[in-house]
Amino acid sequence: MKKQPTQSLANLTARRFFRNRLAVFGLGILLFMFLFSFLGGAVSPYSQDQVFYRDEQQVKELAGVTRNESYRFAAENSSAFTTVVQALFARYLGKQDSFTHENKTYEIRLEGQNLYGLYTQGKLVGIAFLDILSPSGSFGFTYAALKAYCNSRPDFLYDGKTYALDPQGSIYSEDEEVGFISRLIIRGAQGQTELPQWFRPAVTEAITQGNTTFQGPDGQQLSLFYNAAGRLWSVRQVSLTRVWDSYASPSQKHLLGTDKNGMDMLTRLMYGGRVSLVIGFLVVLISSFLGVIFGGIAGYFGSYIDNLIMRLVDIFYCVPSTPLLIILGAVMDGMRIDPKLRMVGLMLILGFLGWPGIARLVRGQILSLREQEFMTAAEALGLKTSRRIFRHLLPNVIPQLIVNCTMSLGSTILTEATLSFLGLGVKFPFASWGNIINDAANAHVLTSYWFVWIPAGVCLVMSVLGFNFLGDGLRDAFDPKMRR
Amino acid sequence: MTRYILKRLGISVIILLFVVFIIYVLMRCLPASYVENMALQLSQAPGAKPYEEWVRQLNAQYGLDVGIVQGYFIQLKNLVTLNFGDSWKFTVPVLEKFSEVIWVSVAMGAIALALELIIAIPLGILAATRQYSLTDYAVTTGALVGISLPTFFFATLLKLVFSVKLGWFDLYGLVGRNHLSLDPWGKFWDIAAHLVLPIITLVVVSVGSLMRYTRTNMLEVLNADYIRTARAKGLPERRVVYSHAFRNTLIPLVTLIGGSLPSLFAGALITETLFAIPGIGYTSYQAMIAGDIPFSMFYLTFLAALTLLGNLLSDIAYSLVDPRVRVGT
Repeated sequence: MKKQPTQSLANLTARRFFRNRLAVFGLGILLFMFLFSFLGGAVSPYSQDQVFYRDEQQVKELAGVTRNESYRFAAENSSAFTTVVQALFARYLGKQDSFTHENKTYEIRLEGQNLYGLYTQGKLVGIAFLDILSPSGSFGFTYAALKAYCNSRPDFLYDGKTYALDPQGSIYSEDEEVGFISRLIIRGAQGQTELPQWFRPAVTEAITQGNTTFQGPDGQQLSLFYNAAGRLWSVRQVSLTRVWDSYASPSQKHLLGTDKNGMDMLTRLMYGGRVSLVIGFLVVLISSFLGVIFGGIAGYFGSYIDNLIMRLVDIFYCVPSTPLLIILGAVMDGMRIDPKLRMVGLMLILGFLGWPGIARLVRGQILSLREQEFMTAAEALGLKTSRRIFRHLLPNVIPQLIVNCTMSLGSTILTEATLSFLGLGVKFPFASWGNIINDAANAHVLTSYWFVWIPAGVCLVMSVLGFNFLGDGLRDAFDPKMRR
Repeated sequence: MTRYILKRLGISVIILLFVVFIIYVLMRCLPASYVENMALQLSQAPGAKPYEEWVRQLNAQYGLDVGIVQGYFIQLKNLVTLNFGDSWKFTVPVLEKFSEVIWVSVAMGAIALALELIIAIPLGILAATRQYSLTDYAVTTGALVGISLPTFFFATLLKLVFSVKLGWFDLYGLVGRNHLSLDPWGKFWDIAAHLVLPIITLVVVSVGSLMRYTRTNMLEVLNADYIRTARAKGLPERRVVYSHAFRNTLIPLVTLIGGSLPSLFAGALITETLFAIPGIGYTSYQAMIAGDIPFSMFYLTFLAALTLLGNLLSDIAYSLVDPRVRVGT
């Protein structure tokens, strides 16, 4: 028979622990989470509140363009060109050469393509045209310009001045553009009443050439959309606007996309992990510190001190913690407390709420240990009280305490996450896993952007699970009665 | 026994007095702006009293115009006479609102508790009888996963799958849009459908600890001497487990269930809020967020009383069920 080497208690405990697969798995998860949160935050190229932008194309409707299909009229003087005359002119033009109205004979002459003149007694009284001059000028100028345009002449004379005309319809006087003739009616879109000078020629050119995009003089990108049903072109300007790159899908640059504020999700997840884990640890530290002191005193001294402390524990045990935290959170909301201060407040409150449970545990342990032989021996040896407590009593309480603390780390992280989820815990700009998931309260995010809230939830569940597995494993490992 | 119960009841009442004192001090320490906001709103109603008068009246009504100690005794007097005042948020007497919303919570909690027991006890016993088997690992892991699940995350996942993707249930609320036009059975099914997801959430999140509790206790019982005796005398394993061991496992279970009965009335604060179920939990959440001091005060006191009652009930249940325990005779 092989001789077994003697092993220390710690050695045995470690062996029992590592034989428990779940516990080792939990330890693995926790190690990963710590590396992810603390190292990841340092390695990540971004900071937790770095905002990313993207250029978004914004389409602005500038104008609507239609082709003029009905004749327009202009008159030398309106008294001779009454509405009845105009109506008759419109009725007979292109069909009859003349008509009579109120004993006057009117003659319709074709003056050019789509340009008619109405004469009575050899004198011009009005014209009908499809092509439109803009800006509108006097009758004489309009007539001269249209006549030249409709007959495709390169220039015309009006009031002693010569105007040049190019095939597109631009009218120049001494190289300066003074007007423009086109079949197209251009109306500014809503909120866009004044169109710049260059606009009409540019749009006309694009439409006659069948282009769908064209450029303005300042390099603006304009595009034309033709609506066949309405026989309408709409002119839109596409401009680039810088906006927060919110809810960007996962990509090479942002492995888990970005959140509502255009911040890198993965980085926020790492910093959120830091916050959740650090809060968890500090809270448990505070509550176990208070719990060990009060529980230790109660257990060791017994009698009326024990009674007093335990009644205190009973009282604090009855104070409902979740509603209390919600009320305090709402109050801190109301007082607009600085997010950093708020985090500290949250830790202190959570820590203070946790001590009665630990005090009960420690007291119970100490009460049973105090009666055991080794304590009697310590007393018989004449050891000091402080030495008896700290060297002989407390070390025996510690295994139970560690198990309890590990388990309550998990539940503390859950509590903090729940509060942050409700918007009453850790606040923006600080990330915490809870307040990251808070985004999913918005139904749109819930359905469309899984990458915003599912990873945070998975991290949260894994960490809590890790602590619970670890605690469970430690409990079994510390129990010498377990033989595995 | 009666003497024991009376003594425990007395201690509970004293503890409650202190708890109420703590809650009262906390409420008094909250910034006074709630009362002032309230007074401002009330004074703006047509034909209302001026602002200062409202402030004075509200302060007097809630005992806020006196010192903390004196105010505490006024509060106690109100508590004994069950006069909790009017809720600021809901503008009806606190008790009226309470009796209106409590039954949804109780129904939800009772169904969830029943389901938890049905699931947890058989699985816990199964795991204990086959310790270290695959079943045991599965149950233990499942229980720990359940404990580790954050309510809000699990509820959100359920919503995504069953409400959004599958469209089986509504996202929020207790009744559907066409509730009023349904016949009585239709109304019943409508409410039932709206309670499915909240109840699943409650069961999954809390079934784990009950399962572990059952397993641990069953293991303890299975290691006891009388079980060895039963086996030694040649009883079939089935009889040992389901007759001898199971009965003894019931002792801690009955204690636990007895103790958790009062908490049915406490409502599920987080779950109800997530699903907007108008039970006591969600109602109180709204009241607390709105700074409704009378309702919050009532709810906190009520919860403390429930906790004490739960402790008392579990102790009584323990002494009734376990013949080894004889107290206060």
